[in-house]
Amino acid sequence: MHNPAMTIKPAGRPGAAGADETRDERALARGWTGEKGPASWGLGDGQAVPWEYAPAPEARDLARIRPRYGLFINNREVEATGGETFVDIDPSTEQPLAEIARATAADVDRGVRAARTAFGRRWGNLPGRERAKYLFRIARILQERSREFAVLESIDSGKPIRESRDVDVPLAASHFWYYAGWADKLDYAFPGRAARPLGVAGQIIPWNFPLLMLAWKIAPALAAGNTVVLKPASTTPLSALLFAEVCREADLPPGVVNIITGPGEVGTALVRHRGVDKIAFTGSTAVGIQIARNVAGSDKALTLELGGKAANIVFDDAPLDQAIEGIVNGIYFNQGEVCCAGSRLLVQESIQDELIERLKDRLATIRVGDPLDKNTDVGAINSRAQLEKITELVAAGQAEGAELYQPACDLPDRGYFFRPTLFTNVAQSHRIAREEIFGPVLSVLTFRTPSEAVEKANNTAYGLSAGIWTEKGSRILHMVQKMKAGVVWANTFNRFDPTSPFGGYKESGYGREGGLHGLLAYVRLDDD
Amino acid sequence: MARALVPASEGARLDVRKTYKLYINGAFPRSESGRTYVVSTPAGEPLANAARASRKDLRDAVRAARGAAGGWAERTAMNRGQILYRVAEMLEGRREQFAAEVAAAEGLADRAAREQVDRSTDRLVWYAGWADKISQVLGTVNPVGAPYFNFTIPEPTGVVGVIAPEASSLLGLISRLAPVIVGGNVAVVITSETRPLPAMTLAEVLATSDLPSAVVNVLTGLKKELAPVLAAHADVDGLDLWGAPPSMRAALEEAAAESVKRLARGARSADDGRFDWADDRRAQRPEWIAAFLEMKTVWHPIGV
Repeated sequence: MHNPAMTIKPAGRPGAAGADETRDERALARGWTGEKGPASWGLGDGQAVPWEYAPAPEARDLARIRPRYGLFINNREVEATGGETFVDIDPSTEQPLAEIARATAADVDRGVRAARTAFGRRWGNLPGRERAKYLFRIARILQERSREFAVLESIDSGKPIRESRDVDVPLAASHFWYYAGWADKLDYAFPGRAARPLGVAGQIIPWNFPLLMLAWKIAPALAAGNTVVLKPASTTPLSALLFAEVCREADLPPGVVNIITGPGEVGTALVRHRGVDKIAFTGSTAVGIQIARNVAGSDKALTLELGGKAANIVFDDAPLDQAIEGIVNGIYFNQGEVCCAGSRLLVQESIQDELIERLKDRLATIRVGDPLDKNTDVGAINSRAQLEKITELVAAGQAEGAELYQPACDLPDRGYFFRPTLFTNVAQSHRIAREEIFGPVLSVLTFRTPSEAVEKANNTAYGLSAGIWTEKGSRILHMVQKMKAGVVWANTFNRFDPTSPFGGYKESGYGREGGLHGLLAYVRLDDD
Repeated sequence: MARALVPASEGARLDVRKTYKLYINGAFPRSESGRTYVVSTPAGEPLANAARASRKDLRDAVRAARGAAGGWAERTAMNRGQILYRVAEMLEGRREQFAAEVAAAEGLADRAAREQVDRSTDRLVWYAGWADKISQVLGTVNPVGAPYFNFTIPEPTGVVGVIAPEASSLLGLISRLAPVIVGGNVAVVITSETRPLPAMTLAEVLATSDLPSAVVNVLTGLKKELAPVLAAHADVDGLDLWGAPPSMRAALEEAAAESVKRLARGARSADDGRFDWADDRRAQRPEWIAAFLEMKTVWHPIGV
């Protein structure tokens, strides 16, 4: 998957020839030849003005949002027991989108029973090749209805349409495609062992990549022969509920996929339910710990994909143009609401000044605004609560003495938006260097030697991802070895693929999603 | 003590008894608490005074283990394999001694005890051979849909707490410990509470097997005192619960959750010693090495 987030944009100021002359001279002095792209065009003053862009909105009505959604149990849309609902908000307008059924413990029970029955009767005994064909069908339908999903996802989550269209939805479809092929090849997956399904999987997913996380969870579970009860995040239930339609369209047997919506208590009820054999959770470390506590003493299998505070390390011999794009993609992709975001930039001291100057120029070209505008780089923060958390941590950064920089971009009048933010003079003890912000906020720290970079990069309780930028191959492999992180991107960042295992070290969780290792999380291995 | 009842009659030689201590950081200290407890045979005959390790001893052991973690993980796989094989060699050389200790600890006849020791040695050899193969079995090269080279390799988790099986004093312990260290982890072991003596003699073997100091630390004492501290210790990365008393399981798992520890929960049949540690098909598995390995995925672009 080629992630085109944060492509280079021209930064010239049209019609200001005199000023541009100086600009060009200084740019040329830095080695810009006019061909590589104008990422180095600015003056390091954050005042580089992008081209005027006409709005290029994607058609909102493609999403076909209904006023009300129920739970999806046994292939039927049902009201929650007690009939309660909650309101799903469009984070870019703060307007209500739809009323969503609020599940109760009784509904969790209904969902688990449906999944249990389907596992025992239909799905568990279906030949692998038939399961495979269902999954291929789902992949195809996701591809066919991809634009509808992309628009819906952007409306519901606030992410830019360019990302939902080019990253989230195609990747979700390819996850189903990849695991479809495993369904009838389980005998070859783990030599000497027979891979058997675990039973009913309870899956709880976050709001940052709603459909993609659904795919990461459901595709391997079904391929291995499990049935699922999935709880999407309460601020982003719509793509999961549209996926329910896809299940019906694919004629998936009733009860194989069940989707229940509601607040955190619904997830807790699912985790505690005795009829569940496996829990898979993606979300914060704090909630992950609660889940592990709830699972304690039971026989439930558990995988956790939790928070991160990744170091993105730039050495003095790094390819700087690419590194700048990698840094920007690392932290501003999906508004920084990414568990593996490169939120700590570790830059070698000797290139600090140049890198920061160029980074500031680059930030000035980032377009923040309407998620449905195809030119938007940074969309809306997912919820008011998340915006408040980001605001609070940024205030803490200033209070603790870090130096704040934000480009002078216009934000929409309403909706939950936050400017791309860069902190310099950050100490390792600062909250913004230790806590997961989950927002477009980059903390810059420096190092002198590779060993200092290693020490600082690993100086966190998290261990999800890391980035390394250098042209020296042996140094890349040395750093790869030293990083206590489950995913290491060298001269790139934030790449994902269904064949590529993803998951954390330390308090970033355990278990892997993607690839053969992702399949292992949904089977038990028997001797025959 | 039982043996002490035999008087040193004229002409007979008085045997030299061993004081069983702890094994921390490559040394054999007594518990800092000065406490001991009486260890008896299953028939109730006293065998020795074992050290009753304190929470402080356990924390010292974890600190020592952490200090050894980096060096052990960076040994080449073949070197780790050779050292494990060396442990097997040392064990083989002390076959008779271990047979006597296991017989006394577990109340076994000589032949059955010898069988336990031989199995233990063979199990070490089996795991030793895995050292330089496990990453070829668990690692992958991943065909991503873009021009990147992408591979996944296993790495050790770090410091692993091992609560050793209660009934199988030597074979059970080795079956749990070998997969932990062959993968490059370091270990803090709480031995069988009622049958701790063979484990402490195993520590002597480890100390003379080229295994770097503190890669394995061995504590005897009361599981109800030590296991909760091990489970809650923030600098322990993984926990093997095969020998945890069933009544403590839930609480230990809850404590371990606080720092997101990796768990090996154990077979239900291990609870009361029914697990057959001599069954090679069930009691030695590459998955048990994998339980304390982290998979690291690496991406690099391909281009000219």
